[in-house]
Amino acid sequence: MPLLVLILSWHDFQTDIWLHLIETQLGRLLANTLVLLVGVGFGVMIIGVSLAWLTTMCEFPGRKFFDWALMLPFAIPAYVLAFVYLGFFEFSGPLQTVIREWFGTSRFFPSIRSTGGVILVLVLVFYPYVYMLARSAFITQGRGAMDAARILGLTPLQAFWRVALPIARPGIAAGVGLALMETLADFGAVATFNYDTFTTAIYKAWYGFFNLHAAAQLATLLMLFVCMAFWLEQRGRGNAQYALRQRSKQHKPYKLNGIQRYVAFAYAASVLGLAFILPVVQLLVWVVKQGAQDIDGRFAGLVGHSLLLASAAGLAVVCVALLLSFAKRLYQDHWLKKAIMAANLGYALPGSVLAVGIMFAFSQVDNHLIVPLQEWLGVAPRQLLLGSFLALLLAYIIRFIAVAFGPIDAGLQSIRVSLHEAARSLGVSGLAVVRRVYIPMLAPGLLTAGILVFVDVMKEMPATLLMRPFGWDTLAVRIYEMTSEGEWQRAALPALTLVLAGLIPVFILMRKSRYRNESRPISKINEKNT
Amino acid sequence: MSRKRFFSLTLTSLFIATMTITDVSLASSSANKGELVIYSSRKEHLIKPLFDQYTKETGVKISYVTDAEGPLIARMQAEGKTTPADMFITVDAGNLWQAQQKGLLQPVQSETLSKNIPEHLKDPNNNWFGLSVRARTMVYATDRVKPESLSTYEDLASSKWDGRLCLRTAKKVYNQSLVGTLIARLGQDKTETIVKGWVNNLAAPVFSNDTLALQAVEAGQCDVTVVNTYYFGRLLKEKPNLKLKLFWANQKTSGTHVNISGAGITKYAKHKAEAIAFLEWLSKPEAQQIFANANMEYPANQSVKPSKLVASWGEFKHDQLNVEAAGRLQGDAIKLMDRAGYH
Repeated sequence: MPLLVLILSWHDFQTDIWLHLIETQLGRLLANTLVLLVGVGFGVMIIGVSLAWLTTMCEFPGRKFFDWALMLPFAIPAYVLAFVYLGFFEFSGPLQTVIREWFGTSRFFPSIRSTGGVILVLVLVFYPYVYMLARSAFITQGRGAMDAARILGLTPLQAFWRVALPIARPGIAAGVGLALMETLADFGAVATFNYDTFTTAIYKAWYGFFNLHAAAQLATLLMLFVCMAFWLEQRGRGNAQYALRQRSKQHKPYKLNGIQRYVAFAYAASVLGLAFILPVVQLLVWVVKQGAQDIDGRFAGLVGHSLLLASAAGLAVVCVALLLSFAKRLYQDHWLKKAIMAANLGYALPGSVLAVGIMFAFSQVDNHLIVPLQEWLGVAPRQLLLGSFLALLLAYIIRFIAVAFGPIDAGLQSIRVSLHEAARSLGVSGLAVVRRVYIPMLAPGLLTAGILVFVDVMKEMPATLLMRPFGWDTLAVRIYEMTSEGEWQRAALPALTLVLAGLIPVFILMRKSRYRNESRPISKINEKNT
Repeated sequence: MSRKRFFSLTLTSLFIATMTITDVSLASSSANKGELVIYSSRKEHLIKPLFDQYTKETGVKISYVTDAEGPLIARMQAEGKTTPADMFITVDAGNLWQAQQKGLLQPVQSETLSKNIPEHLKDPNNNWFGLSVRARTMVYATDRVKPESLSTYEDLASSKWDGRLCLRTAKKVYNQSLVGTLIARLGQDKTETIVKGWVNNLAAPVFSNDTLALQAVEAGQCDVTVVNTYYFGRLLKEKPNLKLKLFWANQKTSGTHVNISGAGITKYAKHKAEAIAFLEWLSKPEAQQIFANANMEYPANQSVKPSKLVASWGEFKHDQLNVEAAGRLQGDAIKLMDRAGYH
């Protein structure tokens, strides 16, 4: 429905603003957006896949630590990393000040407020998507396929390119897709860097010209981009299906030799340092310097609201995503697939635009259904849906369904259809198959999905701001209030709390996924069914 | 199919249950007469002290949501007649003007307000009222700039500032309003030349906020910038030995550009009388002091003195052009800045 609201915006074409945009801005904006997408896309792919390969398949010092630690940056919202990086690397920041004290000048230092800087920040924030999904793909696939390829005479590199990577492809593609959609939707980070993209143009049409129609029209164009990306990916994948015959047993990781080990260590350490340790330390410094003044009774409330909203949304989104992916599997309907794809599109829309679309949809329901009903009942008419907890939850479902759908659908795809058929042929009823075959096998995917959504909801800003019930302020709301006034140091406390709270589920995820290998070999489930 | 029906049934019943609960809780809260609902794009930590104070004095309970002005205006539009909001508080006259243009506000006739708020700081038709004044002027590095060399906003376009100017992004409404007043005074062509001059003189790409621009001047990346005075005040509180100083722009000509943060009563206010009473209270000296001091701004009520630090920056001549012009010319200003390459 929110998408429909956006598309309907075209009935009132904003000639004036479009002409102005085309004359002055559009070329630059498109080029900027494209450069950003290509940069972030390759960045997250290279970093995410290489780190996932290293931590799952190779042995080097600190591997066990990096295995889970490299997921930590996921808890850091893009807008937080952006303001931390700007504060730290800017001309007036501590690093360049020290450089000037030593060398007299820092003019040679590359400006962080550049295309490269934005790409760096977004890659560091979004690579965990690829890392997580590639990692579970590599774990699932184990060493068997690689060994087979080696026996057939491929070099290690060839085996990686021609066997390991293609098998992991659905996971990697899903990860890169999420990262790219986040990039398209991002406003906080690019605005902090004053880097103009398509999304900033949407905001400009809205906040500057107060022309929501033009903003919505721009947003539909953005959706077109995403559709094209989806289509390209699907075409690229073609009809190839990758199903592994069985999950591998414990595998022995590859041993790296002397120098390789330290290079691997240094690489993993520097990514972790840049993406997580540096920002957390900088936030801590700010908290100690200034942020502590804001700790009061209400702060606990902020944390509570954040956690409650995030868990409720996590649960709800996972349920809906599960329904959707089952529907997709069971009813091989063309239109259903299209509809599911459309539902996933919401993720690439700038949060505020989607939020306003959702809000309009809800207030339409209120105005045309509930208000007449209230009048008929003789109650004073008011908005029932908008500003309620339920509406906010629905908004989260619409916004984050893609995040949950990816891992769940990927998990479902790896369950062979024959397994389902086998269970049915053994006389197990439909619902029991779900309970006894699908749910256990999907558990890791469900958990991943739930946690991704949990953390994303905690970080989510625009929909929460616009639709929260009175008094339901969260950590993200507090961060918005501070950063929008440029008071980054005071934003550090809620930001740090947000990061720490986001770490809890990441830890849980890591602990669980370590047991993933030995969990429920297929033969066991089959035994149970007989 | 049965599974599908089961799920949809569960979902529907869940939906209805939640709605009922929300309805009951809402109904009980609106039974309370002494109540006000406020949508505010002025930040919570700057207004909450006032809400608390008012509730303490009068017992009127205030509920509020904060967000950026764009979403709040969109929300009020979508809600139409059923909006719970009684009052809209925001920064920048441009935003208030937009809210009024979209028919979201209603005029208020009040002697207290007419007496307390000067003519150029409110809507000519009394749809909205300024509650605090924010001045946008120059800040320079004391070791590199002689104050005599500074004069007007227009002069920052001259070649003597080549490579010495830092500015905040044109996407911020403060700069749009400033350029809007230039258009009102000098016309499109002259203003465009000036803005192009600014862009030519930039020492670094434009910044995303005023504080960053100030820090760049302090660090020596550039020599002069244009900011709202309270940002300078905040930085000064943090680092008292700042080598920066304020310069009041355009004192010999039009006066320094001022804008407001202000409020209006919504068209469909459910608690109109309470809302007007609160607005009047906000314009009185006691509240004005809190309102302005919370953010080191200038009180709109001229009988109230600004805080000590703010007063130490000296008195200055305001641009007397009605702040409403900023709203009216905002669209033109944005287009002009786009053409001039000011992003």
